[in-house]
Amino acid sequence: MAIENRKVTVTVNGQERSAEVEPRKLLVHYLRDDLGLTGTHIGCDTSQCGACTIMVNGAAVKSCTMLAVQADKSELTTVEGLGTIDHLHPMQQSFWEEHGLQCGYCTPGVMMAMIGLLQENPNPSEEEIREGMEGVICRCTGYQFIVSAVQKAAKIMAEAAAKDGEAVAASQLVGEGTHRG
Amino acid sequence: MIPVKFDYVHAATVDQAIKLMQDSDGTGKVIAGGHSLLPLMKFRLTEPDVLIDISRIDQLKEVKVEGERLIVGALVTHHDASKHPLIQAHVPLLADTASQIGDLQIRNRGTIGGNLAHADPAADLPAAAFALDAEIIIQGEDGEERMSVDSFIIGPLITMLPENSLVTGVSFSIPPSHAKSVYLKYFHPASGYPVVGVAAMAGTDKAGAIDYIKVALTGVGDVAFRAESVEQTLLGQKPSEKMIREAARLAAEEGEMGSDLFASAEYRENLCKVYTERALRSILL
Repeated sequence: MAIENRKVTVTVNGQERSAEVEPRKLLVHYLRDDLGLTGTHIGCDTSQCGACTIMVNGAAVKSCTMLAVQADKSELTTVEGLGTIDHLHPMQQSFWEEHGLQCGYCTPGVMMAMIGLLQENPNPSEEEIREGMEGVICRCTGYQFIVSAVQKAAKIMAEAAAKDGEAVAASQLVGEGTHRG
Repeated sequence: MIPVKFDYVHAATVDQAIKLMQDSDGTGKVIAGGHSLLPLMKFRLTEPDVLIDISRIDQLKEVKVEGERLIVGALVTHHDASKHPLIQAHVPLLADTASQIGDLQIRNRGTIGGNLAHADPAADLPAAAFALDAEIIIQGEDGEERMSVDSFIIGPLITMLPENSLVTGVSFSIPPSHAKSVYLKYFHPASGYPVVGVAAMAGTDKAGAIDYIKVALTGVGDVAFRAESVEQTLLGQKPSEKMIREAARLAAEEGEMGSDLFASAEYRENLCKVYTERALRSILL
């Protein structure tokens, strides 16, 4: 059976990108291999570890369990879209300052998942952060430093929102960085 | 891991999805969130020739009250089900259960209809569906039909879904407003799947006697089941610690306990009793 490739167009980190792909291509492979956005990692490849987590239309999703064709016409944010070296996203800044990573392999996915958590719940308790980490696995940190980083990020983001004089949703803090794919 | 080659088409309407299934001559599979289907396809345990994507049929995302029942569109995600005001107000058990499925990312993609159509024996949702007397709404070649969830799910990953038809929604009975509910599970620490999951609802009348009770269990065997012995024992009684403990001893009566690497049948039977007791205590005492 002859199967035609499909053109998949997405807005990723604020830029429109497209590529012709096989229907069976996974979204994470599309990002990494077709668009060159290798910040998103593949860990378990079985929707357990969350290393491949990105935002699809504002919701945290495991990109190893989605087809590129399913993402056609969607808005995506990957770790490359969070911040720049000069202007880190509060989540990146906090992971750095609180040592929320060791080897760093899981980090892009964990940060995206935790931004997803803060969108829902801008001021989570420690318990809620730990529950929110259900969908990510880190084999280095023992999670404690990640919890601290998320607490700090929540604080910075809440302060930034208060400073703006109105409640700025965490979602609006996503995607302001410069695309460097 | 990537699946074997397949073709991929979008269905804009339910009728078109049915037509595309007919055209595929049994080789097509419907995909919504894909969180049950894609893992199987990546392991090449299933190899459809064509995927029919229904995820953009907006009418399947609706939630509405219809008399004494709440209709939840098949495409409502677990995340949206856990937060939806109508679901929280009318069938809080469904919202509670949906909030405990998988993890944040999975709840953002997995759908109510897809979950039940997949009929995974280790899924959380069937417990709530059995407790809430769910009816599966199916659109097929000859129109719409409704099937009770216990006649729809007949085995592990096996349903009575007719050929060339589609789950378009699920209808849940709305419990009386005085009923409290809970979903409680003992889950495998790595997978998060319930080894035993108990969905319970109960309420008492003005005299303090139990006038409404539903208990359903999932994860323990091939299919979820209603613990009718527990319900019958407690109905009309005034709840007490002793009464609940004695009734919970019957929690495994109607089920067939599975035995696997996670838990033996004997252990599962014990977990059924312990978790049913805990669930009922939390809503009745």
